Amino acid sequence: MLDVQLGELGSGSPAGVDEALELVAGFDDALVHGFARIGEEPAAALSALAGALAASPLGDRIGESVEKVVAGSIGDEHLAALAGGRAALTGAVHDALLGSLDAALGRTRAAWEAAPGTGDHPDNLLAGCRVWLRELAIVGWRGVDHDVVSSSDQAIEALLAVPELRGLAVLLDGLAAELRASCPVSTMEHVPARRWADLWSRALLLSQSGPWNGGAEQVSGRLLILGADVHEHATVVRVQVHGVFEPAGGAPARLVRTSVAAAKVDTIVGPAVWRLMGGHPVLLGALAEHRTLEITDMPLLGGGDLVWHDDRARAGEEADPFATARVQLGAAVAAPVPPLDRHPVRIAEPVFIEGYTVDGETLELGGGNMLALDLDRLPSSTPLTPELVAASTACLGLLHWDGGRWTLQPIAVQATVKKKPVAVHTGDWAMGPTDPKVVKAEAKAGDAVAVLRERAGRLLRK
Amino acid sequence: MDADRAAWEQRSVVRVVPPVEPRKLAKVPFVELADGRLQGVVSSGSDIERVYVSSITAGTHALSCSTNNNRPCGALHGYACKHIRMLADEAVLQYGMDRVARYLRVEVAEHGDLINSLNRLVERTPAAVVFSRFLRHLAYLEVPESTEPLAELHWFPAMGAVR
Ligand SMILES: [Zn+2]
Repeated sequence: MLDVQLGELGSGSPAGVDEALELVAGFDDALVHGFARIGEEPAAALSALAGALAASPLGDRIGESVEKVVAGSIGDEHLAALAGGRAALTGAVHDALLGSLDAALGRTRAAWEAAPGTGDHPDNLLAGCRVWLRELAIVGWRGVDHDVVSSSDQAIEALLAVPELRGLAVLLDGLAAELRASCPVSTMEHVPARRWADLWSRALLLSQSGPWNGGAEQVSGRLLILGADVHEHATVVRVQVHGVFEPAGGAPARLVRTSVAAAKVDTIVGPAVWRLMGGHPVLLGALAEHRTLEITDMPLLGGGDLVWHDDRARAGEEADPFATARVQLGAAVAAPVPPLDRHPVRIAEPVFIEGYTVDGETLELGGGNMLALDLDRLPSSTPLTPELVAASTACLGLLHWDGGRWTLQPIAVQATVKKKPVAVHTGDWAMGPTDPKVVKAEAKAGDAVAVLRERAGRLLRK
Repeated sequence: MDADRAAWEQRSVVRVVPPVEPRKLAKVPFVELADGRLQGVVSSGSDIERVYVSSITAGTHALSCSTNNNRPCGALHGYACKHIRMLADEAVLQYGMDRVARYLRVEVAEHGDLINSLNRLVERTPAAVVFSRFLRHLAYLEVPESTEPLAELHWFPAMGAVR
């Protein structure tokens, strides 16, 4: 049945998505050239964006801001309004896509209940970020050189020291690293216009008054792990666990995510990254050993994110994620998405698929329905490989949407290797690699984390 | 091709920075392509408290090497000292020859050696700038873990090796 459901997703974008993204592309192109001297075409694109949003609550502010920016007056409040307008469009695209996905999967999603805003943050830090983002908007991506990139260093360093602003810090650090590697951008053949405008817009919104996670409820119950996704750039690694949460007292099971992020440097890669998250042994142990987690009084945010506290959890009995998926995934209630997080890139919906054949990078689901695999998203820190996916008969994965199509990122597979059934999960090496060959290679390469910690101990506090 | 290009430019998730290769860090703990230079920090072979700050400037290929206390490296005159050689070797391991050569704007013959492809201009660049970037690099290891939702990281999925 899932075949047909997923097959429906392949037949074009929901109504309005292409048109909304065309407006976004116009904005993104304007940002490539910068707002300092805005040409006719980018000016028309910004006006089109304002026109499309004219009837929205932001309409007046966006209209006025476009006029000012086109006239060469580029104030912080105008840029914020433009970023807000762009976010409204990507938010609408997100809602249309997630709605069609939920309909196809028959997934129930709880409604968003407005949560109170979060506390105040050191405004001087956010102001420092806004200065850099404004400079980027003025010069445009094509005008970015080493000096422009380096001028972000101080602001990012300051942000990293404030736990509540960590999201903005890792976002700007990732963007700065990409710009640094692309310098001078004027000579770059193609500019990743959508991506960088996404990052710029989100950073600008976050640097108005900090993140918007809202309030949390304290929950207790049992967490059944479905699998783990890994996010990473040069100076951060994060494991995000998807699971089914059974609240104590028998309320319906819910789909949740919980995560641990650790700062790192670019030379710490591969399975070594798990060691950086060693401060959370209960979660990592349950991932590696496929165990349930008993949770007591842990904060659950409105967007379905369990804010992990390792000391409020203990590992329970063994639980096969494939069994959890077969029995529980279909009925679990999905979490709503916080309004400002609504962007297609955040869609990562867990699904369980079996009875398919793999042809290269495509799953043939039967009935002529196809689903593209995203095999780039098999991290080197995990034992899951394209070969295992190709040999698989059942798959737990995350559905994503980008570049106009749905793709499946496998996070666990059941496969037949040398005539024996195996199950491989992205989290299997959470407590260290289990493959002797990988253990040996790691030992030979030496412990990068230990070497750098030794250097830091000797040189940093002088 | 134009369609591919448009598709790439209109994706939220694309790989912009090529992945770096793992390497042993004991002798050369820090290498980067930044500020128009290949620059880094080389541990002294004799004194565990001392490091050398070495660099090669893109375009001019000027060489520089000094201790972190800004004392010029005695071995650098007219040809690259062992610190600069080690820096170049480790940079090639970390980034690959292509990326390093492209950044420095140097022609390296196939199977050629990076250092031998440079002219040998010596021009001191301030060690303090590079050393402070190294300290900033090390400081990441002191940043505590976070369990906040960090939705921003959806733009940065971990990707495997380039296939
Ligand atoms: Zn030297």
